[in-house]
Amino acid sequence: MLEKIWDEHVVQAPADGPTILYIDLHLVHEVTSPQAFEGLRLAGRSVRRTERTIATPDHNVPTTDRSLPIADPISRKQIETLRANCSEFGVTLFDIGDVRQGIVHVIGPENGYTQPGMTIVCGDSHTATHGAFGSLAFGIGTSEVEHVLATQTLRQFKPKTFELNVDGELPRGVTAKDMILYLIGSLGTAGGTGYVLEYTGECVRAMTMEERMTVCNMSIEAGARAGMIAPDQTTFDYLRGLPQVPTAFDEAVERWKQLPSDPGAVYDRSNSYQGKDIAPQVTWGTNPGQVRSIDDQIPSPGDFSDATEQKSTSNALEYMDLKAGTPIHDIPIQRVFIGSCTNARIEDLRAAASVVRGHRVNSDVNAMVVPGSGKVKRQAEEEGLDRIFKESGFDWREAGCSMCLAMNPDKLAPGERCASTSNRNFEGRQGKGGRTHLVSPAMAAAAAVAGHFVDIRGWNFSE
Amino acid sequence: MQKFTVHSGIVATLDRANVDTDQIIPKQFLKRIERTGFGQFLFYDWRFQDDGTTPNPDFELNHPQVEGASILVARQNFGSGSSREHAVWALDDYGFRAVIAPSFADIFFNNCFKNGLLPIVLPEAQVEQIFQRAAEHAPYTLTVDLENHLVRDEDGLKLSFEVDASRRHNLLHGLDDIAQTLQHEEKISQYEAARSW
Ligand code: SF4
Repeated sequence: MLEKIWDEHVVQAPADGPTILYIDLHLVHEVTSPQAFEGLRLAGRSVRRTERTIATPDHNVPTTDRSLPIADPISRKQIETLRANCSEFGVTLFDIGDVRQGIVHVIGPENGYTQPGMTIVCGDSHTATHGAFGSLAFGIGTSEVEHVLATQTLRQFKPKTFELNVDGELPRGVTAKDMILYLIGSLGTAGGTGYVLEYTGECVRAMTMEERMTVCNMSIEAGARAGMIAPDQTTFDYLRGLPQVPTAFDEAVERWKQLPSDPGAVYDRSNSYQGKDIAPQVTWGTNPGQVRSIDDQIPSPGDFSDATEQKSTSNALEYMDLKAGTPIHDIPIQRVFIGSCTNARIEDLRAAASVVRGHRVNSDVNAMVVPGSGKVKRQAEEEGLDRIFKESGFDWREAGCSMCLAMNPDKLAPGERCASTSNRNFEGRQGKGGRTHLVSPAMAAAAAVAGHFVDIRGWNFSE
Repeated sequence: MQKFTVHSGIVATLDRANVDTDQIIPKQFLKRIERTGFGQFLFYDWRFQDDGTTPNPDFELNHPQVEGASILVARQNFGSGSSREHAVWALDDYGFRAVIAPSFADIFFNNCFKNGLLPIVLPEAQVEQIFQRAAEHAPYTLTVDLENHLVRDEDGLKLSFEVDASRRHNLLHGLDDIAQTLQHEEKISQYEAARSW
């Protein structure tokens, strides 16, 4: 599949250097674009294809009352800069106040911009999300953002392919998030470097589009720039009727059906897994590969043979203030964050709501839900999910990245421990000194109620 | 873009694997809309104590022997995580010209070349050798010679490294990618005309 998409997009392939690859869709946000637009301006260049470029502010936006001006003057300036750049260069902007505003990786798919067979880039490493539709989607740096704005192409070396096949079924209560955390745990945070991961197998085929996005989203956490899943009927059904899909939809479907790898296609590497082996996952360390099953214990440096790994483990345990041998169940938490481009779509919110319905957030816990986009928020409110969250003691917020990276006012205090549905547990990611444990939405919701991690497989769901 | 041909400088070592770009430049400093001025915030959470201004004496870059260092040596998977090019701008602005490690994360690796910062991949054993020499002879100086693909010191250490020919060419001549690609403008237009979306 990678081969087919790649070949379709080659503008020029010199023998002695990177290929010039055409880019179909370029997503832009406020943090990684100002210097790129500035570069264009200094060189007197324009945006080559404004109709293939979509912008939205997400990283910096406050998730509280939107009628107030943004309190942080530097955040405000960055968002105003995006506004000014979009109007100067003629780029479509989904601004604060527009229901289409949201996390860039949520709004691309939900509006039908993201389609099978496309090349998609964004100055953001989680662009891998869009690969769930069978597109080649990857994150780029700001110099490359400028390159795409100016030329609608990128200079790229062709990556290798790595198949991750997960067969069988996931046990009840085990989600797409658990599956991808499990895979990252098995590959390590650099195991996918230089590859595009292609997820195959029965577990993947059985997933909804939103679940597939959760899986592809975290490909970068295994070091891979992109992850992809072959398009199928689930993909086409999801896309049908969305605002930006081709008007000749059935013809497009016929084209998209040609994309999946031919039977017997060879990958540069392949690994196989069984869905039944996967349990709900909780990260314990300071990178997403440091992850264990809920019924497991915190590891000790001595569990690893490699010296670098031992050192990373002891650094992580120190930062996380955890003792080797502690059962994961016993770790108390003070904060819960349900949100981010990994897990802030409607199905994620439904899953979390079904866990908290009829329960109260533990009195020691401060919990919040941040929908991935204005549309997700509206949908959730139509379904009454906001009421379930609010009644049980969650904060219900406006759309944005929020405490996934804590660039806006939503952050952890030093030493606070958080169950988070986001994708990175790096030191300080959610606030300096904050301690992040990555989990699925259902696991985060259950932890909010219990005040510590619990195995969702034994949860008492109330109607 | 600044050229890179041959550079000699003091080595700073960072004995950590998987150093992510969130550590290299924490998010609170990503709000600037310029490319410059990020060096002061490099490794901020490690470099400074909780007050944010007192240097943390335990952090490797704060050791007096590595003052003025321009070559950084670290462990595997350097630059993982977020795509933020600000990480490269911060290293560059601080004064680094080259980073040596057993492996790098993809996006970071690409970003380096766009800014005249040379990332060098050496086998783990050779990186270890540099770590040891740097520990024994601080301040330790290395010369990075891109023309001849060599890293060497004054005591006979000579390590060769590989770098893609086109990237090397661009670094040696300080060439800008966009201008180069725009030389193929006609091809891009032809491609656009031929595609039936
Ligand atoms: S939600 Fe988090 S990971 Fe996703 S784009 Fe925003 S900051 Fe990045």
